[in-house]
Amino acid sequence: MDLKLLLEAKQQVQGQFIAFKHLRISTKIVVAQKNITMNERIRSLREESLKAINKISAERAVLLTRFYKSKEAQKVSLPVKRAMAFKYILENKKIWIGREELIVGERGPEPKATPTYPEICLHSVKDLETLDSRQKVSFKSGEDTRRIYHDEIIPYWDGKTQRDKIFSNMEEAWLQAYQAGVFTEFQEQRAPGHTVLGNKIYSMGFRDFKEQIRKTLEGLDFFDDPEALNKKEELMAMEITADAIILFARRYANTLESLAESELDKNRKKELQEMTGICRRVPENAPRTFHEALQYYWFVHVGVITELNPWDSFNPGRLDQHLYPFFKKELENGSLTRERAKELLQAFWVKFNNHPAPPKIGITAKESNTYTDFTLINVGGLKQNGTDAVNELSYLILDVVEEMRILQPGSMIQLSKQNPDAFINRALKIVKTGFGQPSIFNTDAIVQELTRQGKSIQDARNGGASGCVESGAFGTEAYILTGYFNLTKILEITLHNGQDPRTGQQLGPETGNPKGFNGFDELLNAYEKQIKHFADIKIRGNNIIEKLYAKYMPAPFLSLLIDDCITNARDYNAGGARYNTSYIQGVGLGSVADILTSIKYNVFDQKKVSMDEILQAASHNFEGYGELRNDLIYHTPKYGNDDDYADAQSVIVFNMFYKAVNGRPTPRGGTFRINMLPTTSHVYFGSVIGATLDGRKAGMPLSEGISPFQGSDRKGPTAALKSAAKIDHLKTGGTLLNQKFTPQLFQDEKGIFSLAKLIRGYFRMNGHHIQFNVVTAGILRDAMKYPEKFQDLIVRVAGYSDYFNDLTEELQEEIIRRTEHDGF
Amino acid sequence: MRCMWCHNPESQEETVNKVEKKRILDGEQFLEDITIGTWVSKQEIIDEVSKDAVFYDESGGGVTLSGGEPLMQPKFIESLLKSLKNKGFHTCIDTCGYAESATFKKIMPLADLFLYDIKLIDDVQHVYYTGVSNELTLMNLKLLVQNEKEVIIRFPVIPCVTDNEDNLEAVGYLLKNLGLDRIDLLPYHAMARNKYQRMGMKYQLNEVPEPDNKRLESLKSFFEADGFKVTIGG
Repeated sequence: MDLKLLLEAKQQVQGQFIAFKHLRISTKIVVAQKNITMNERIRSLREESLKAINKISAERAVLLTRFYKSKEAQKVSLPVKRAMAFKYILENKKIWIGREELIVGERGPEPKATPTYPEICLHSVKDLETLDSRQKVSFKSGEDTRRIYHDEIIPYWDGKTQRDKIFSNMEEAWLQAYQAGVFTEFQEQRAPGHTVLGNKIYSMGFRDFKEQIRKTLEGLDFFDDPEALNKKEELMAMEITADAIILFARRYANTLESLAESELDKNRKKELQEMTGICRRVPENAPRTFHEALQYYWFVHVGVITELNPWDSFNPGRLDQHLYPFFKKELENGSLTRERAKELLQAFWVKFNNHPAPPKIGITAKESNTYTDFTLINVGGLKQNGTDAVNELSYLILDVVEEMRILQPGSMIQLSKQNPDAFINRALKIVKTGFGQPSIFNTDAIVQELTRQGKSIQDARNGGASGCVESGAFGTEAYILTGYFNLTKILEITLHNGQDPRTGQQLGPETGNPKGFNGFDELLNAYEKQIKHFADIKIRGNNIIEKLYAKYMPAPFLSLLIDDCITNARDYNAGGARYNTSYIQGVGLGSVADILTSIKYNVFDQKKVSMDEILQAASHNFEGYGELRNDLIYHTPKYGNDDDYADAQSVIVFNMFYKAVNGRPTPRGGTFRINMLPTTSHVYFGSVIGATLDGRKAGMPLSEGISPFQGSDRKGPTAALKSAAKIDHLKTGGTLLNQKFTPQLFQDEKGIFSLAKLIRGYFRMNGHHIQFNVVTAGILRDAMKYPEKFQDLIVRVAGYSDYFNDLTEELQEEIIRRTEHDGF
Repeated sequence: MRCMWCHNPESQEETVNKVEKKRILDGEQFLEDITIGTWVSKQEIIDEVSKDAVFYDESGGGVTLSGGEPLMQPKFIESLLKSLKNKGFHTCIDTCGYAESATFKKIMPLADLFLYDIKLIDDVQHVYYTGVSNELTLMNLKLLVQNEKEVIIRFPVIPCVTDNEDNLEAVGYLLKNLGLDRIDLLPYHAMARNKYQRMGMKYQLNEVPEPDNKRLESLKSFFEADGFKVTIGG
């Protein structure tokens, strides 16, 4: 209630004691709300970040190329060369400090000036032009920048990139399947990432890591260990990167110091002096204060995303857990107030938003078309000892999420059965404001998923979810996503006896003409063979790519951070982490379930239509088959309605995919696993598939995550959740479920209560994750019509939120189509 | 009862209705027979509601038998409630109270909660707007109160019909005397108008506006001042 209204109300009820008492309470709330609004500094930092234009910066590419051309670079081993390149960049890159900043450190020469990584993927001048001019997720680049790429960067890196190595090493079958849209490949433009920092930086400085390196070096066995020399080189490389980040912080300290000297404003001067001290102390030494801890993490973050362009970027993970000891201690001794803690967190938030994901092109841009770099702050969950981890800071971080309303960082809550209802209710009050954050994860499921994979219970409890929905043991696991897997395309290929109907190419084995199938099981057998065939191709490719990264692209800085790379003296990209997992992400479960169900129901069980006719209709994109299409859409059982007849197919397909992938070994000593999430690939994957037998027209998006196909869950949210819970989530490393609600549903406490219980119910059935879009279709349609009026409109896409305006038109349409539930 | 504002007119008769529905797909028009209402067995209902048991457990929710008027089928309801209770579900009946007292006596022990409509206290008006006297309804309400059943009163807010001062005061007075303290205000909406059209029935409240929020809030305050716990929408 705003103050004016309140005063009016006050005049109306003068003299009435009860009403007056009630008013007193309201006034208090107004005051309390005032306290929690962001201050001027944060408001302006936030605005600047929102206004900054995404552009390409040639700085990193130039420095990297210069170093690679230098004499020193030719004399050293590859890991050392990578480390020295990292150091060279941090020594020479521009230092940028925002006018009112509290947390410093920038990857580019200014906010949203985004580097490229030519050692991984080299952008041609044409690529830069496309990036500059494309309507969505553009990166501006001037003539100057393009000239630098043309003159310096491209001549040196042409033919030498990881991307070149990858494509030249792939077999013909891989290339054909990739081109056809059977799967995508994450590492063709970005280095392996997908890891989250644990708690070690909060008790150790880089000086301590160097000490660990020294001890490991001393323990190397040059008599019996044939790997000893490689280990030595890797450890030396790690040490160089440790020095590099300390040096980088000192450069910031020096600049801050000179800024302090010339600063006229007394308060800011004092602040700059403090920040100077902080940057001299961390990351060399362990942090002592809340501010030091945040600044330390941020230097580490910038380091990781400067060394390489890992996908996902990087992530502090369990921020409320890591920072709580500092918060508590400083509140007690009076050196920190809640307001200051919040201001620091908000300044920290802005830093993430200043760092968009590096530019993606081609298929990779289609599968993940967003500025988001998938940092996902985890709040809540369980402590390592298995008890409720929600603390005061968890709530403070949720306040920050609510007030900042920015794209990055993403945020989520971990909800264990042990966490209080007040916690989920608080989170839902943010969800209802409609910007797609925080998403909600089931801690108890995540812990079981991770322990099933062989992690210790402590490591599992210290974990959480990152990226979109991926489970990981934070600080100890390299869990690399390798590519989306188009389950629907493979079904289309199966229905064409191994051929891709778009090109006529024989991509898979001949598993029989479906017109000759005598029963539904014959179709399932054929489909399973095709899934296995393409999973094998993908895995063979992955194994080569993994090896290419282990061999040519060590990441010594990242290796310092993830246990046990130092003590194993082995690089992150070569299996140095305690746990190593490679994921393949299944896409289109809802669509596949609906198509198979349609065949089972209409062709085999009800015999409403012959296989020949239904395939004919689809091949004509249902032109002239309107009635059949109407039947397929409205009179055929669909996944998402708690109807076992349809849901059985989702379970069958899930298990086929699981069997084809799960448990197979990877070259770095890890294991292949599955998860079920699409980012935006369900739109791309849909675009390469003709009309499907569930009535979907050619080229239209597929279902996303494990959500029912857009609009086909008609029995309400409980039924949709029941259907989604029928697959065994614990066999995955994450599933994604999207539900859209209109804001009305959240209007009162009762709505919040019902939604909280809906989530608890889903999690009781081991559901992994759920997220909500809270907007009306009307608003979205308006936003399509008048984008200029809705520039701040953020919606949940799939595992992440994005500005509605930045989505492609198809994606916008799809978000509008997603079922709106008006009530329970 | 045949309330003029009824938004489920299809359930006023104990029959299954068929209507024609137009659906447009890709510019093509499809006419389909849609059945409204369907005959189901007790077991089918039990199976359906059991599907959501996990959510009832979490929320303390359960099964609400609603309608139309569920007590139009007293024997079926009694037997259904028995089975639901056996399964351990929380049970609730949403009723207008217009049923034989003998029926109420039978189902009383089987239902945990009654959502009970009170519309108009003046019987002449009640007859005019609903087609029946309110005598039976008020008698059954007393019966529930005497047996200490949990009751939430549902009061439809129909401008020009139920929300006049006399009726409001009478409702408040009656409920207070009965010792009831919870009221859900159900704001009138005209969304059912199309249904009447489709079913070839006459909609008689075309002139009645939907109540605005201000009016609802003031009604809420009115009842709250009398010590009631009031929810808008229910």
